[in-house]
Formats: sequence, C-alpha cells, structure tokens
Amino acid sequence: MRPVTAEEIESLAIGAWILGTGGGGSPYLALLNMRQLYGKGVVCRLMDASELADDDLVAVVSNMGAPLVGQERLTDPQTMALAVTMMEEYLGRKFHAVMSLEIGGGNSIQPFMAAAMLDLPVVDGDCMGRAFPEAQMTSFAIHDLQMYPLTLADVRDNAVVVARAASWKWMERISRKACVEVGSIASTCKAPRTGKEIKECAILGSTTKAMGIGRAVQAARRAHRDPIDAVLEVEAGIRIFSGKIHDIARRTTEGFLRGTAILEGLDAFRGHTFRLAFQNEFAVGWLDGEPRVMTPDLICVLDTVAGDAIGTETLRYGQRVTVIALPAPPILLTPKGIEHVGPRAFGYDLDFRSVFA
Amino acid sequence: MRRRIGIDVGGTNTDAVLLEDDVVAAAVKTPTTSDVTTGIVRALAALVEQAPGAREAQAVMIGTTHFTNAVVQRRDLGRVAAVRIGLPSGASLPPFVDWPEDLADLVRAHVVMLEGGHEFDGRPLVPFDTRGMRAAARRIREAGIRSVAVAAVFSPLNASGEEEAATILHEECPDLAVTLSHRLGRIGLLERENAALLNACLIELARKTSRAFTEALRASGIAAPLYLTQNDGTVMLAEVAEAYPVYSFASGPTNSMRGAAFLSKRDEALVIDVGGTTTDIGSLRQGFPREANSVVEIGGVRTLFRMPDLLSLGLGGGTIVRREPTLTIGPASVGYRLTEQALVFGGDVLTVTDVAVAAGLIDLGDRKRVATLPPTLVAAALARIRAMIEEGVDRMETDAGEAPLIAVGGGSFLVPPRLAGVSDVLNVPHQAVANAVGAAIAQVSGEVDQIFQDLTRDEAIARARRAAEDKAVAAGADRATINVVEVEDLPLAYLPGNSLRTRVRVVGDIAQ
Repeated sequence: MRPVTAEEIESLAIGAWILGTGGGGSPYLALLNMRQLYGKGVVCRLMDASELADDDLVAVVSNMGAPLVGQERLTDPQTMALAVTMMEEYLGRKFHAVMSLEIGGGNSIQPFMAAAMLDLPVVDGDCMGRAFPEAQMTSFAIHDLQMYPLTLADVRDNAVVVARAASWKWMERISRKACVEVGSIASTCKAPRTGKEIKECAILGSTTKAMGIGRAVQAARRAHRDPIDAVLEVEAGIRIFSGKIHDIARRTTEGFLRGTAILEGLDAFRGHTFRLAFQNEFAVGWLDGEPRVMTPDLICVLDTVAGDAIGTETLRYGQRVTVIALPAPPILLTPKGIEHVGPRAFGYDLDFRSVFA
Repeated sequence: MRRRIGIDVGGTNTDAVLLEDDVVAAAVKTPTTSDVTTGIVRALAALVEQAPGAREAQAVMIGTTHFTNAVVQRRDLGRVAAVRIGLPSGASLPPFVDWPEDLADLVRAHVVMLEGGHEFDGRPLVPFDTRGMRAAARRIREAGIRSVAVAAVFSPLNASGEEEAATILHEECPDLAVTLSHRLGRIGLLERENAALLNACLIELARKTSRAFTEALRASGIAAPLYLTQNDGTVMLAEVAEAYPVYSFASGPTNSMRGAAFLSKRDEALVIDVGGTTTDIGSLRQGFPREANSVVEIGGVRTLFRMPDLLSLGLGGGTIVRREPTLTIGPASVGYRLTEQALVFGGDVLTVTDVAVAAGLIDLGDRKRVATLPPTLVAAALARIRAMIEEGVDRMETDAGEAPLIAVGGGSFLVPPRLAGVSDVLNVPHQAVANAVGAAIAQVSGEVDQIFQDLTRDEAIARARRAAEDKAVAAGADRATINVVEVEDLPLAYLPGNSLRTRVRVVGDIAQ
C-alpha cells in the first residue's frame, strides 16, 4: 500500500481518458473534485490486490447515467460514498477497500472520491481494462460471478437496493430504469467482491497502467516530443491511421450513442480512407473497406498534435486525429470474453481478429 | 445610398472603413491609443477627410478585442457575486472552482449556493429556495456588490429558477447588474456559469466602453446609431450589447473572415489573417466562419462559447527573426513597437517585416537599412515562413479538393502567391482592413430559445420564429430582409402536455 500524489491523479485522468476508447465520460469533473480534496489535505492510498486477504470485502463503484446529465448535475464524493455505506448497511459488513468498475473515463477516479470520504484504500485494478457501456461487459460477468446486490444513491434522499437479479442483463435493465427515474445520473456500488474474487477475476494493475500512460503523455509534452509515440512506447501499441475527420454521423438509439466517422489519410496514410464505427466507445475500424481493428482491442482516437484523447461525443469535422490500438486485457480475448465484448456483442458480423495477433 | 462605417479596435491598430452600398469608399489605419476613444476619434477624422459622406452614415459598427484583453491581462475587472441554484447536486464544485487562482481572487466577491434547478426532462430537481435567495440578495446589497451571475442546473432547458432569482435580486437591489447563465450558453453547468461570471465581471467595463464609443461618435459629428459586433458576425445596438460583453470575445477574427468573404466575393474558402503578432487561419462556409465546438479557454477559464475554429500561429509583421544559434522565426514579437524597433524603422531588432522589405515583398521604412542582410538569410527565412503557413493551411483544410486562400490583415504581404494545398492565393483590395469591412457589413440577429406546450412542431417553430423576428427588429433589423439561419427543437418528456424546446435564430439587414 502506498500514498497517491496529486500529480498521479492528474496523470490518471489523462491516461484513463485514453483508455476510455471514446467513451466512459471525460474525467475532468472527477479530477476537479480530487483537486479540491487534495487541496484540503486528503491523501488517497493505492493497494495491490495481493495485499487483500481472501475474505476481505471490496466495494466496486461507478457513476452511472448519461454523460450529458453529468455535465449539469456535477458528480460529488459525498453521493459516491453514500452508495458504499448503503451497501455496508445492507450487508451488515464493512468494506476493506474500493475499486473502480471501469478504468476508462471518469469512473477511473470515482473510487478515489469514495476512498477520500471513507478513508479506505483503492485497489489497483478494475473489471473492464477500458470502458464499455453495459454491466455484463466485465471480467466478473465473464467469470460468471454473482451480480447482486447493487446499491444506487441519488443526490436527494433516494436510495435503491437491487437485492437480486436473474442475470447480468436483468441487473443492467433494472438498475438502468432506477437511474433514469432519478434523473439519469446516480452513484452505484456494484455487487461486493471478496479479496479472492478480486485476485482471481479482476483486471489487475490497470490504475497504475492508466497513470503510466498519462505520465508518458505529460513527459512527452514537456520535452516537446510526440505524445502519441510516448503512449505507443509505454503500452506496446500500434499506430493504425492518421488523418482528418471528413464526415461524422451520430444517432442515439436504445441508450447508445451510435455513429460512424470517416477519416481521410494524411502523412504516411495519404490516399487512404479509414471508417470508424462507435457505440459509446469505438468498436470497429476499417482501412480502405477492410476490417483493420475491432473490439475488444482498444481503439483510441487522439488529437494528432496534443495527444489528448477525443471522445465519441466530441469528434468533429476537420479534427486532425491519430487512431491507435492498445492491447486488450487477456481475459477479454478468451472465447467467453469475445462472446461478451467481441464485435458480435455490438452487432457486427465479424470474427474477432486481434490487430496484435 | 446606404452608408455604413465599420471600425475595428485592435491591440495595435484602429481601422475604419466607409461602405457606400457595397463599395469601400474610404479606408484608414491608425494606431490604437490607450484610452481607445482618441484612436477612434482620429480614425473617424481621417475617414471624414477622405470621404466627407462618412458624416451621413446611417450606422456605425464597432468590433473590439477590448473585453478579451481585459480578461487575459487581468485589468478593469469588476468584483462579482456568484449565485448557483442546484443544491443538493454539485455541492463539491462551487462557482470559480476551475478558475486560475489569480483571476478568481480578483473577481470573486461572494458565493451563494441554493437548492433548486431542474432535471434533463424539465422536472424540478428540488423546489427553489426563494427564502435563501432573498437572504442572499440582502447580503449582496450590504456588501455593496454591483454585479451578480446566476447559474441554475439545466437552465437552458428551464430558465424559471434563474428568472425568479433575477426578480428577487432586483427587488432587493434595484441597481444590481444581473447576468443569467441561460442567456449565454448551453448544457455544461461549469462552462455556462463561467461565461456568466466573466460577463458579470466585464459589465461595468462594457458600459464604460460603450459610452466612450458613443462619445467618440458625437465628438466626430456622426449622429448614426452605434452597434457592437458579436462572435457570430452579427451586431447588436450598443445599448443592448453592453449587457453581454462576452458575446464580443471573438468578434475580431469573425469580422476579418466575414470581411474576406465580402471583399473576395467567395463564400467557401480558407482565410489567412496576418497581423502584427499572430496569424489566424480559418475556414469560411457559406460566408461565415466554421465554428469550433470544443471547450474554449479565455484567460485560463473554460467556456463553451461558439467561436470561429481558428488555428493561430506565432507569425506576424512584428515577429522577431533570430539568426543564432539557428534561424528561428518567433514566436516573440515586437508588437506595436514595430515602428520603433524594426531595422527598417531605425531600430535594431530583425523582424519578419525587415525580411519582407529586403526581399522586395513590400516597401516600408528605409530599405537601405536592410540592404546588407545576406540573401541566403532572407531566402531561408522566407522558406521557413512559407512552411509555417503551408502546414497551418493543411491543418485547417477539411475537403479533399483544394480551396482558395484569401489573404487579409496588415501583414498579408507575407503570404506567398503560390502555396501547396490551395488552388489560389487571393489578394483583394482593402485586404489590410478586412476586419473593419467585416464589421461594416454585419447584420442584426434575433434568437428565441423557449419551451412550447400543446403545439405541433410546426406551430412551435412558427411561433418561435415570429418572436425571434420581433427581437431582431427591436435590435435594429429591417423586417423585410430577415432570414432564418438556425432551427433546433428537442422534445421534452415528463413535462405536462406536449413540451417542445425550440430555438430559432434569424438575421436581417440593418433598417434604414
């Protein structure tokens, strides 16, 4: 267990936004909360999963809802912590640590907000290794762990406990309904996990990994080097395409932000075209009509000059972007993993082929 | 004959033009003065000397970077009370939370957070704490604060909380200037609140500046009404505009690009505006600048203003050229001291202007003073400048086909006649004062953003359109020339009846 510095939280925000693969919501507001807390003297602690006893209890937390609503009803540490204490009351047991549901985007920082309020350590890891839109798209679901109970806290005095659910999809449907009813934004504590489950089924080390990516970007910027090269170096990634966004179409269906972006190549890719399809996150990319990269490989779109991640909501005509691929956590690449988060899980009739294979 | 005067008050120069119908009848460039007014009076005097008809102008439009500069340079800013309506949500991120500390210390006089606000579907979040509002209004009065910004959660969808707050504030403090966030921005509470706070801290300066402009017109014997230009290339009567100084933040570049479109008669093109210190490259679509839709920082404060999508390069007439250890162009500039410090003006700093004079691109100052510059140095510097411009143009271009590039601004002589990636480089008469031309041709806009109930979509849009037209006419537009430029509608669930949020924006010519 070790203290986390304010600078590491800044790095985490940059790295987590890149690991968000276009979704997960911007970590900016969560980062602002952490700056406030650190300004008041808070110091969070990060622990390795190996430090957990097998019967220790870990709270897996996330903010749930529409990113647009989150821009008005600003996230706060109090409500995040409330979801955790509600779960403790429901279980009649105390948590030993908190962990992130998804390391991609704003939810990378939510456990730190809860940890700061509850004086608990944060486990270095998550259960997606990136961002995904739904509850069944986690390493815990792939491992068939129990998906209930779940607590959901609203900023007003509304609280929901989902005591049981017949499947991961049912848990998603029921909790999503409750979330919409309280204004499409809520803090949630997912099914509690034992230390043993964390050690065996979580995607470990992803918090440190996100911090490392962010640190590489910051160092490259300071040294006036290419931040994208820096990301590719630390993560053994592949530069897939560089170009300008030539066309962008979005629509909202069944709670997803779906769409496509067409990129015209620049520099080494001049004369080539790249098509990116997204469903909250970037899902598949085609180079000149041929599938080139697909989920669960991480497809990240970065500003070619600044190296900042660009979300599916903020893509716009004329941006100069670079598409890179980062390796997915091994659990997502198993046959069961592909079933949960491969191209067919998002409606693309493609056999998964990793760009790293 | 239609006569309009356009004035651009920049950091270095004050430019003025007289437009007679669609012809530039006179154009002048004079140095900006520290009191602004003197510079305008001088520019107008020079304009009247060139074309006595300027006195009969029916409208005067002024574009200025004054308010942006005030924020960037942290001067002339008022102290402000912030009222946030939205508790219990957002308690951990109070107003000013992401401002640079020096600016927040200068502006923040008082912060109030109250229960209230709405949901994304229009339902109230919690009831508005009107008693708390009244108590806060009294504290604001007792503290002697003169300007307040009010921001409520989801106010762009339902502004009733902010309106009610304004009523209470005016009851308790009749002379208070009140800025409501929903008048300034869209979804994104912190960014919209930041815009309202910036507006509130500039409001005294805006009134003073507007009065100084009016004074300058009177001193010049011009009786025409005064308009101020806005970020979107339209104008508002000065007495209306002075309540919204933030709307003019980007009016300088917008005016340049609109002027470039007018002078070249091209609606689809790239525009390069080379000034004294920087070069802005933008893209014209249907005669208006393409807008950026990302977060825009002003003086370190995040906002969501609709600003032209610009690429700024540290390249201008005053940009310093260094020979040692390697040849570098900028980004430092001698700025408005060009006429003292550049070699051709008797100074001892090698600037881009000196290089251009040595190369024969322009005749300025004393040519003999750059005769000894090595031709290899001049050629290498020009090659570097060309590379900077070509790279910038390539970054801003979005179509596969090559577009023309219109060169404007006082430093447009730096743009080479042929460039990779563009079909033509267009040099047009009066290109050096394109920004003032852009101000002179500006139209008047009117906008309505309202929730309608129990109407069909067509009826709601028609009603919003009529209201927007009425607003444009009130702001000085000729009703016969009004066109709709933007329509947006958003159905709202959970509100009683069929609720539809409708936004319509119209523009029209200034009434004679």
